[in-house]
This record gives sequence, structure tokens and C-alpha cells, in this order.
Amino acid sequence: MTRGRRRSSPRRSKSASGAALGAVWLTLAATLGLAACGGGDDNGSGGDRPRLVVSAASSMTEALTACAPKFERATVRLSFAGSDELAAQIRQGLKPDVFAAANTILPRDLNDEGLLSTPVEFATNELVLAVPRDSDIRSLDDLSRDGVKIAIGSGSVPIGSYTRDVLSRLPKAESEAILGNVRSNEPDVKGIVGKLTQGAADAGFVYVTDVNATDGKLTAIALPNDLQPTATYAAGVVKGANQPAEAHAFVDGLLHGACAEELDKAGFGAAP
Amino acid sequence: MIDRSGLRSSAGKVGGRSRAAPWFPALLGLALAAALTFLTLPVVAIFVDSSPRDLIDSLGEPGALDALWLSLRTTTTSLAIILVVGTPAAYLLATRSFRGKALAVTLVELPLVLPPAVAGIALLAAVGPSGILGGVIEAAGIELSLQTAGVVVALTFVASPFYVRQAMAAFAAVDRTLLDASRTLGASEARGFLRVMVPSAMPGLTAGAALALGRALGEFGATLMFAGSFQGITQTVPLAIYDRFATDFDSALALSAVLVAVSGAILLSVKLVQGSEVLGAPQG
Repeated sequence: MTRGRRRSSPRRSKSASGAALGAVWLTLAATLGLAACGGGDDNGSGGDRPRLVVSAASSMTEALTACAPKFERATVRLSFAGSDELAAQIRQGLKPDVFAAANTILPRDLNDEGLLSTPVEFATNELVLAVPRDSDIRSLDDLSRDGVKIAIGSGSVPIGSYTRDVLSRLPKAESEAILGNVRSNEPDVKGIVGKLTQGAADAGFVYVTDVNATDGKLTAIALPNDLQPTATYAAGVVKGANQPAEAHAFVDGLLHGACAEELDKAGFGAAP
Repeated sequence: MIDRSGLRSSAGKVGGRSRAAPWFPALLGLALAAALTFLTLPVVAIFVDSSPRDLIDSLGEPGALDALWLSLRTTTTSLAIILVVGTPAAYLLATRSFRGKALAVTLVELPLVLPPAVAGIALLAAVGPSGILGGVIEAAGIELSLQTAGVVVALTFVASPFYVRQAMAAFAAVDRTLLDASRTLGASEARGFLRVMVPSAMPGLTAGAALALGRALGEFGATLMFAGSFQGITQTVPLAIYDRFATDFDSALALSAVLVAVSGAILLSVKLVQGSEVLGAPQG
């Protein structure tokens, strides 16, 4: 192969490939430069402030992203994922400073295992049936129809276990029909919302706050009160955190402070 | 330590170029050792962290078997599509010159460097239910998203460039006098392609197919975004690993071990087919 290439007009191809190589290196250098600038900004705005790493459930993405810059004692770096995944990371030895979960079980378990401070309950959320704006699905009853495509949370994430709780309280035939229409078990709330907004799924169970965050693309259908699970959010400080004092202050701020306000604005309920 | 003192001593003898600089081979060796450790340690840890017994137990679980079976079906289907369409396409790109050829080659290779998440979004925007071709596909009665067919689409999208690239190189390297000879003997171009070009390029084509298979087997992001995750339908092995990561780390390890073994076997077979110096065998 190389022999063939060498044979064809060596001078021209040499200069052409030289130019191409130059372009590649320029691109790489520019990327590196950008990355360095990005990092510089991060440090620059933080000055000598400590950096606080907050692992939080996906459902709080909008609220915490809005309030994190207002936290005065540290530069907050947020990491969002399914609560179970974040908990698993902590079990595998990752040490964020704060863990804020979409349930009370995971923080309690981590506390029992000596990995988290005593959890603080800071908000509640409401489970709803979410459908695209123009959907003809009006209630839970419509979910058992043939051909309705449903996306729910995987059994290991809080949203998925809340959903299964709700379904288990329905008459057996109905809950089986609904589960039979489930086409995807998503690893976090974003996956469900994405499938709905893209029209890949017809209905899904998410938190009311997730529907609020879609700016009207999705409609929330409230669940009957007797089916509504209590989705209580709890947070704690990870044992061995780099910034324990700031972490405790951040957790307090989830109850009263800028983050509490943003959570309220996003549709979260007050802590029980 | 070694390299710094080495630098100083070499700076002193700029003229002595041909003289052996003992620090340089040492530096090379050090770099190789670092690279090998960094690259193999995580893979080795998968096997160290789990006993063979646990591995086998976890694989017996129905969800894991479903994932393995689904991965096998979807990767082979997408490989078949890639071979049937990719081989003639690569042949054309490798043997003809035409306006816009460089652009065509670049476009074909683009998915190579696309992040999987971008591939997922792009597929949704193109062939998702509300994508630009979504209506056409729906009218044709085809359902892709949240279906096994969607997994095949995602795998084909991300894996085909690996094959086409390799196949182009393989066709380009075939001695054209063979094809010309077959043409002078009266064979049609199609016959020449099938009887002369494809057999001559076979080692390269096989290597490309194996690479594409390996990439398809590991596909995660585009599959999750475009096809979702459902046991037996769209939950391939990488998705099953992710699903188990939080709840059942042992099972996630077991599935990872299977992928490592299969991917390793694929890579090894590529090396053998290419006849390159896998274990230091001299080149022919």
C-alpha cells in the first residue's frame, strides 16, 4: 500500500499531506487551547474558593443548575445522573462532597454503610403521567390500550421503583396490560423525557418537575391521590468529602436558601 | 530521573549523533511500560474482581442471556448489511476517481469520529418518529425507535465506516493487472469484481469486518438514545452492563468479561488475518 502511494507524484502529495498534517495539528492545538481556557475560566471565577462537587439526581438538573452559581462559600461543580448510579459510584469509592438523591432509601443505605452523613429530607416530588402535548391519552386507563408505547425508569432508579409502586396498586389485569406496553426501561429521567419529546414513546411516568422543565412540550396528567407515592428527596455529606463544612452548608441551602427557592420554582414540594 | 540526567549528558555531545544514547531506549521502554500498565490494568481488574464461578452464575441469569443473544443477533445483522452495501461502495471509492470523491470518502468516514451521543441525536433527528424521514418511515409501516430494528440501525451507523475504510484500502492495494487480465479474457466487470477483486482483497475485507463487528458489539450511547433499553428487545450487552452497574455489580462484571473475551478474540483474529507481527513474528 505504502509503496503504491509513494509512486504517485511524490512532490505534490508530499506538500499536500504536509498541509493536511498541519491542519490536523492546528485543530488539535486549538482544541487543547480551548480546553485550557475552559479550565482557566473555571479556576478564575472561583479564585481561591474551594470547589464543591455535588452529585445529584437527574430530576434536579434545572433547579440546581440555576442556584449553584449563587452558593457563596464554594464553586459548585454539579454531576447529574440516576440516583442509583451516583450511589454506586460512591460505593465504588468516588467521593463527591454532597449526594442528593431522588429518594430516602439510597441515602439511608449509604448512611448505614458509613459512607454518608445522616440524610436530610429537603423536598418532595410528585409522580405524574407525562404525554406529548398533542397526545390523545387522557388517563391511566388509556395506557392499557393496544399499541401504546410506554417508557418508564429502570427498576433500579427511584423513578422506576415509584412507577412500579403505582402500577402495583392498580388492579392486576390493568397493571399487567400497562407493563406489557412498556417499550423501554430508561436508566434515568432524562431518557424518558427524551423518548417522549422525540415521539419515540407515547407516555411515560416522570416527576411533575420534569414536565415543567419541557416548556410545554409535554403535558402532565395527575395520578389519583390513592396511587401517588411519596417521592421524598434526601441529601447528605459524603464521608471523607474534601470540603465537609461547605458541603453541610450546601445541604442546608437545599432546605432554605437559593436552592430551596429554585426547587420550589421548579415545582418541588416542601420537605415533609 | 533517568531521562533528565540523560538530557543533560546528551546536550553536552550534540555532535555525537551516531553514538548510542542509553537514556533514549530506556525512555522508550518506560513509555511502553506505562502505556501497557494503564491500558491493561482495568481489563485485568475485570477478571481479578470476580471469581470464574461468580461469572458463570451471573451469566446464567435470564436477563444476561437475553442481552448476549440480542447482541449476537443485532451485530451479525448489521454486519451483513454493512458487507452487502459497504463492499461495492468501497470498491467504487477505491477504484474510480470522480468529482467529489474526497468529500464522499470523508462523509463515509465521519461516524468514526462522532461521539456516540451525537450519533444518537443525529439518528433521532433523521429517522426518529419526529425526524426528517420519520413520516416516510412510519408510512412505510416500519418502526425503528424502541425496536430491535432501531438497534441494528444504530450499530450499522457507527460500525460501517470501520469496514468501508478498511475495504477501500484493501481494494486499492490489489494489483490492478489481475483485474485487467480478467477483463481481456472477456470477463465482465461484475465478474471481475466478484472473482478477482473480492478474493484478492479478502484479508483486508475480513479485518475490516472484524473491526466493524467489534465496534458494533460495544455500541452504547446511540443505542440507548435511539432504541431505548428493554430486555430482549433493545437491551444489548453494553446496556445491560450499565443497567446492572448500580444494582448488581457482579453481573455487570460478568457481562463485561464476556465482552472483553469476545473483543479480544476479534482483535486477535484481525491480527492473524493480516499476518502482522502479533507476537514478534518477523514480517514476510
